[in-house]
Amino acid sequence: MDDLSAEPPSSQTEKSAASSSPEEFVDLTNNLESAESKVEAEISSPEPSDDFFDILGSETQKVEVEASVKADSGEVSSGVTDLPGGKTGSEQGTSSAAPIINLNADFSDNNQQPSRVENKTNDPLAQVLSDTPAADPKKPSSAVLDLFEDDGSDIFTGTPQTKPASQPQKGLFGEPDEDLFGEPLGAMSKKTTENEVKSSTTKAAGPASSTGGAQQDRKSTEPADIFTEEAVTTVPRTSNTSTVNSKANGVHSEEDLFTEATVELSLDSPRSGRKKEETSKPSASSSSSSLSAPAKQAKQPPAALEELEDEEEAEKEDQFDVFISVKDPEKVGDGMNAYMAYKVSTETSLPMFRNKLMTVRRRFSDFLGLYEKLSEKHGPNGLIVPPPPEKSILGMTKVKVGKEDSSSADFLERRRGALERYLQRVVNHPMLLQDPDVREFLEKEELPRAVSTQALSGAGFLKMINKATDAVNKMTIKMNESDAWFEEKLQEVESADQHFRKLHALVESLVVHRKELSLNTANFAKSAAMLGSAEDNTALSRALSQLAEVEDKIEQLHQDQAANDTFSFAELIADYIRLLGAVRGSFDHRIKAWQRWQDGQAMLQKKRETEAKLLWANKPDKLQQAKDEIVEWEAKVTQFERDFERVSATVRKEVIRFEKQRTNNFRRQITKYLESLLQSQQQLIKYWEAFLPEAKAIA
Amino acid sequence: MSSFDDNNKERLRSVSVDLNNDASLLIDIPDALCERDKVKFTVHTKTTLSSFQKPEFSVPRQHEDFIWLHDTLVETEDYAGLIIPPAPPKPDFESPREKMHKLGEGEATMTKEEYTKMKQELEAEYLAVFKKTVQVHEVFLQRLSSHPILSKDRNFQIFLEYDQDLSVRRKNAKEMFGGFFKNMVKSADEVLIAGVKEVDDFFEQEKTFLLDYFSKIKDATAKAEKMTRSHKNIADDYIRLSATLNSLSAEESTANKKTLDHISDLFEKLRKVEGRVASDEELKLTELLRYYMRDIQAAKDLLYRRARALADYENSNKALDKARLKGKDVSQAEEHQQRCLQKFDNLSESGKKELNNRLG
Repeated sequence: MDDLSAEPPSSQTEKSAASSSPEEFVDLTNNLESAESKVEAEISSPEPSDDFFDILGSETQKVEVEASVKADSGEVSSGVTDLPGGKTGSEQGTSSAAPIINLNADFSDNNQQPSRVENKTNDPLAQVLSDTPAADPKKPSSAVLDLFEDDGSDIFTGTPQTKPASQPQKGLFGEPDEDLFGEPLGAMSKKTTENEVKSSTTKAAGPASSTGGAQQDRKSTEPADIFTEEAVTTVPRTSNTSTVNSKANGVHSEEDLFTEATVELSLDSPRSGRKKEETSKPSASSSSSSLSAPAKQAKQPPAALEELEDEEEAEKEDQFDVFISVKDPEKVGDGMNAYMAYKVSTETSLPMFRNKLMTVRRRFSDFLGLYEKLSEKHGPNGLIVPPPPEKSILGMTKVKVGKEDSSSADFLERRRGALERYLQRVVNHPMLLQDPDVREFLEKEELPRAVSTQALSGAGFLKMINKATDAVNKMTIKMNESDAWFEEKLQEVESADQHFRKLHALVESLVVHRKELSLNTANFAKSAAMLGSAEDNTALSRALSQLAEVEDKIEQLHQDQAANDTFSFAELIADYIRLLGAVRGSFDHRIKAWQRWQDGQAMLQKKRETEAKLLWANKPDKLQQAKDEIVEWEAKVTQFERDFERVSATVRKEVIRFEKQRTNNFRRQITKYLESLLQSQQQLIKYWEAFLPEAKAIA
Repeated sequence: MSSFDDNNKERLRSVSVDLNNDASLLIDIPDALCERDKVKFTVHTKTTLSSFQKPEFSVPRQHEDFIWLHDTLVETEDYAGLIIPPAPPKPDFESPREKMHKLGEGEATMTKEEYTKMKQELEAEYLAVFKKTVQVHEVFLQRLSSHPILSKDRNFQIFLEYDQDLSVRRKNAKEMFGGFFKNMVKSADEVLIAGVKEVDDFFEQEKTFLLDYFSKIKDATAKAEKMTRSHKNIADDYIRLSATLNSLSAEESTANKKTLDHISDLFEKLRKVEGRVASDEELKLTELLRYYMRDIQAAKDLLYRRARALADYENSNKALDKARLKGKDVSQAEEHQQRCLQKFDNLSESGKKELNNRLG
């Protein structure tokens, strides 16, 4: 509160400064009615406009409510103090709904705060304001303050580029106005009526009992959607404030808090996704609306996202403390029945596993079997199940035949790496990690043999047929996409897939060429050595044999680089091609769900028609049956629709998660690759530099 | 490549040193023009020799004129004991042209940027080939001019001075075939006379050395060529990689965009480095090896000619013996034998001098 009360004079000066730009003001007052308008104008306006007054009027009206609720506010604050504790507990039931709404109420206090600063006419408001801290323990007041200031910095951090430097103050004051006023402005006009209702109920309830207050509050939640969102956002924020930062008023710390909070809100990161599955879900679904409402706010998540990514990555990795390594490929058996077994070691500190360190032997088809199970279980729900590497009959046959050449070693190493990354992806997924099959795969000594994974078995044949029908379906089903987001994403995925494929082919050819180069360099080194031995000028001969040596080393270098190209670059891209395939698969599942829904609707329509016919034909005995069927189908359609909605939401979440992970992973891998490239080039320079004096010796 | 870089310089220097010793005749090719598959070189000569009419002049010459000069020199009996500088190879614009053609066909499959880059690359290659061609022709003339005997050659002087088109008769098909046939005979002959006992240890050694060296340098050249090609392939791969990454980043909306852009840039730079390495290898290593390969071929030719003379001498010896036995045509045979011996001795002497020169 100190901060705030200190602020007004400066804002006063600010006002005069701002009022010197009348065009802006005129412009803005015109726009005032739209919720998005820049409400700095309101600050700068010497005489508040009618609209503004109106709001104030409604506010004052609300103040009465506030006054009556004031008694309540003691409880409100207690709710607030409870909040951090309640939050850290995973579930947020109805009991926490009250605090949210209460915050909401506090919030409206804040709304009026700036207006008070400007007008200084709202005595009752001032009363409320001064009362609140007085009546409440310190903590809630600081929370209130935080809410306010957070919001200020919220927008402030989002917009610094677009605003001149003189604005920060205004940002703190004006922007909250915009945010809290602007949005409510629309809502408020509705809300005024709501408030009236509310006030009447409140008055009727008298000094509100906790249940009455809760009830009434709940009522107000429904229209004041935006408020609840704000509240939800602020919930983690406040909890953060109290736990993380005692100096919550510092601007620097607030930036931190804000960014975390927004990410939680807008991205629905797995971190919050796990802990607050329940709370984040509504916020995620509503976040789009809240983000689209103030255009400026929509801009800031990407900006914040960029900064935060690294931190978050670290957090995420702390979250799932499971590290998997696939090692020691070992040939088991002979001939065509031979297979490769891999050692799968899991290191974890998660309590859900029995041991901290587990090691099992798995064969390739086990990995495939795991994928089959997972995709069967989770695929239809829209999860992106990380795909394992493909079966390669040629590569495996080579291994089986037992030729110990470089290509089969190469193949094994590629596969091993791919399997390791595959498993790591699976356990990094919060939902898949919970799957019993995954746990079984990692823990159990013996697994039942996965039979359906053989490419040439009957099951494999069936699968092929299924795939073919799927493909046909995909071509025939034309979904009129209702959600532009999905359409856009699908297109993005498709084009990315295309590019990645091209890239992969290129990198493969690069590898081939580099291997060629290595071979040729080796040959040249030999020839140069021969030439050196034939040369009878000693200096030149020496130089030639030195050159041969250097070329020999370079050959090794090229070979290593080719391996590097393969393992860190080509494989990375191959991974992404597979993953993009999985993403597309989840899109397909969504479309399938949609199809089911549409089919259901068509069916319902048909049933209804039959009913109408029967009604017309006046056959009451069959009518009842038809009615039953209609009810049944109606239920089914709602079920399908809900399914579709759910799948859509999951797919959306999954795709966002995938993209984020991809970004991080890609960057990390590329950095690794480039480092290796750099190293080999440096080595190259070193070799040549060492050779230089030798060459100069003959000159 | 630095060793060969140095080598290269050394070579050029040695040429210029020779020229400095004999400032009476300075030759260079300041300009060349490419018309379809014919290249017109402008041969510029600066001289103080009285055998030339003017102290400075330029004449237009084509590749075929160079070949003609080389062939007449080789065919001149008097020069049999000299290492005739190897003829410059025919300018080869086919491969870049062909590639250009291929590129044009594949234009549809590439992005515009990619296409432009590839085209630039090819143009650079074309230019490099062009430069290389001019250089080898120039070196050929400079080596002739720096040779104490060959520089006095009448044909050489005509080649330099005659300001009209030489309009050397191009080899017709029969002659081409004849040349081919001659080569066959020569190699067969080489095998035959290999059995002739060598009378001079120096030549014996020299022969084995040259044969060995030739095979090795040939091998090295082929390998170097391959290596160069691999480097070029990698450079080409980099171009495409860079272009693809670019288009990928254009569609990318996440924070990866910047990373992708950077990588694309990086590959572009790598491409330049790799391309540079490839062209350096091509010009400095492979070209040098090729040059010496031809040089050694010339030395081998000298040895062949000498061996031929030796064989002739032995044959004439036998003929003389026969004639003496039969008692007729003795003087004729004797004369022939004497001539052969003289020729052989001449050849041996100048050949020894030449070979020593080369090694020294």
